[in-house]
Amino acid sequence: MTDERNMIAETAARLFAAHLDTAVIEAAEAGTWPAALWDEIAANGLDRVLVPEEKGGIGGSWEDAFVILRAAGRHAAPVPLAETIGAGYLLAQAGLDAPEGPLSLAEDVSRVPWAAQAVQVLVGDGENKFGVFSLAGAEITPDRNLGRDPRDGMAGTAEATGDGDVMAIGALVRACQMSGAISQVLELCITYAGERVQFGRPIGKFQAIQQQLAILAGEAAAADIAAQVACRALDRSGDALFEIATAKIRAGEAAGKAAAISHQVFGAIGFTDEHHLHHLTRRLWSWRAEFGAESIWAKGLGRLVVEQGADSLWPNLTKTI
Amino acid sequence: MSALTFAPCDLPPAAEALRAEVRAFLTEELAGYPASKRAHSWVGFDAEFSRKLGARGWLGMTWPAPWGRDASALERYVVIEELLAAGAPVAAHWIAERQSGQLLLRFGTAEQRERILPGIVAGESYFCIGMSEPDSGSDLASIRSKAVRTDGGWIVNGRKVWTTYAQKSHYMIALLRTGEAGESRHEGTTQFLIDLSSPGVEVRPIRNMIGDEEFNEVTFDDVFVPDAMMVGGEGDGWRQVTAELAFERSGPDRFLSAFALIVELVRFASALPPDMAASAQMAIGRLYAHLATLRALSISVATRLDAGEEPTLEASVVKDLGVTFEQSIPEIAQQILGLAPRIDGGSEFEKSLAYVQQACVSFSLRGGTTEIMRGVIARGLGLR
Repeated sequence: MTDERNMIAETAARLFAAHLDTAVIEAAEAGTWPAALWDEIAANGLDRVLVPEEKGGIGGSWEDAFVILRAAGRHAAPVPLAETIGAGYLLAQAGLDAPEGPLSLAEDVSRVPWAAQAVQVLVGDGENKFGVFSLAGAEITPDRNLGRDPRDGMAGTAEATGDGDVMAIGALVRACQMSGAISQVLELCITYAGERVQFGRPIGKFQAIQQQLAILAGEAAAADIAAQVACRALDRSGDALFEIATAKIRAGEAAGKAAAISHQVFGAIGFTDEHHLHHLTRRLWSWRAEFGAESIWAKGLGRLVVEQGADSLWPNLTKTI
Repeated sequence: MSALTFAPCDLPPAAEALRAEVRAFLTEELAGYPASKRAHSWVGFDAEFSRKLGARGWLGMTWPAPWGRDASALERYVVIEELLAAGAPVAAHWIAERQSGQLLLRFGTAEQRERILPGIVAGESYFCIGMSEPDSGSDLASIRSKAVRTDGGWIVNGRKVWTTYAQKSHYMIALLRTGEAGESRHEGTTQFLIDLSSPGVEVRPIRNMIGDEEFNEVTFDDVFVPDAMMVGGEGDGWRQVTAELAFERSGPDRFLSAFALIVELVRFASALPPDMAASAQMAIGRLYAHLATLRALSISVATRLDAGEEPTLEASVVKDLGVTFEQSIPEIAQQILGLAPRIDGGSEFEKSLAYVQQACVSFSLRGGTTEIMRGVIARGLGLR
């Protein structure tokens, strides 16, 4: 990692450790906007990592954004950080200015993340264009995803339009978040399996548990690298559709397995409201489905692969970016 | 726990430059080589082909002069993945080049290297692995085949099984008991280089469930093995075998064994009627995502190995993921297409499917079962 990226990673890790605990997540899930957390994020500019420096951002890369989003995922951060980073990128690419405050990014107007808190939302039209909607005074129908994070309905008219693929950018930020949450789930499981004693020994000493955690480790690794590869590809070429599809498909699949295995390892305690595990697993299930489930991305990717032909499969997999 | 670390890595320009050369060679050499043969992947045996690779300088290329040219392991990675993607018949030299030669470079004597390595890099000297025995599979430490000291060497008695292509190999690297196992159970074993033409060696092919004769039972009946053929130190067998097994983990052979079938699946899908095309595309998109991800993981490990690191945990994780993936391919093909595999007639796709459907049960057994592998991962995670 570059020095700058290391610094960003340390800032993100320190910030979340200091300002985000179970109480903050619980309060946010009950409807209290975590203002202190967001203010810290904004004060450090993490939400503007992809906004150019001349426009008040950090002017970083997607690889920089990855370390922030991964940390946010690890901590189940109940704020529109991924959305603001993604929207900041799309606005900059389209030559539009990003307003102050949290931004949102939505696949359609029926599920706008944090519509009541964000100042502006970019809504995809499915055709590589997006509409820019102001959220000040917009008519909002509150709803939530499984993470109990706001996914609201919204009525309004676009103030501007821009070129950019909201679905792809949304899928990418979700893949990065999932990689973080899965790695955290793995760590929680390993710690717990070393502490929880049954039949006179830690459950991690049982082969049945070891085998499951080995599978989980593989899934964590796959999600992690797939998201990183997609970020790097987007930094390098600006067109990373294959890599983003791969990241969303692979991280989504890993999310499903990670949630299932971790709940099995934790047993009944992991099914209780007071336990932290479900803050991560509930978000994993929603992130997996948002901005195109694996089925959608797999069908699109598969169609491209088939169209390009069997003999292009290997050259495609090995092409350098 | 030790944290899993995977960073995306680029293959160096020299490696990418080599790719075009290897690809052009394979296009020419394998013109007309049918998909159903390609589906045999690294089990396809063709001594003539191995000699051609040797003539090109693509065997043992990472070894020091005079045998190789000290090429980076990442250059070799490109050669290997191109061979596997093309379904080239690489079995003849595979074990010798992948692990036996490297073992001799690391633990062998100067005389052994001078005697053995030239044949390996020429694609003319083939090796098999003598580890498993009838009563020792996953529990390798329980082996009983033994070597007992005699004048100027050792007398070997016992039996090794599942030795792939022993009937076509010149040498075996055998793990033999030379002393008591001790409390750790890992003491008292030693590796030997055994010339399979020695008196007292009997090689009997064991037909597998596909009907092919790939692996064998090798019996040693008072076989004399000179002192000069001991590999490494007496009693160091376990440590050396552990190192040897690390050479074969996480390489592209752990997720590309069924690549030829995927290629045919894509070809087949392009001709499907619309009502079936959609589900086939979805399955192919998923396969692509898995392949691209496995390759990124594998290159990440290869890059660290090339830099002299020992990412043992990561390598085990990649092997487990890769094997699970490649084993799932015929299942996916059957689910989406409902094709009945056929052995003799049918299209190349059907014949490839017939082969891989049967062969794939061995994918999670060879080189250590999935369960043993996951135990290794669990140890790396700090659970054991």
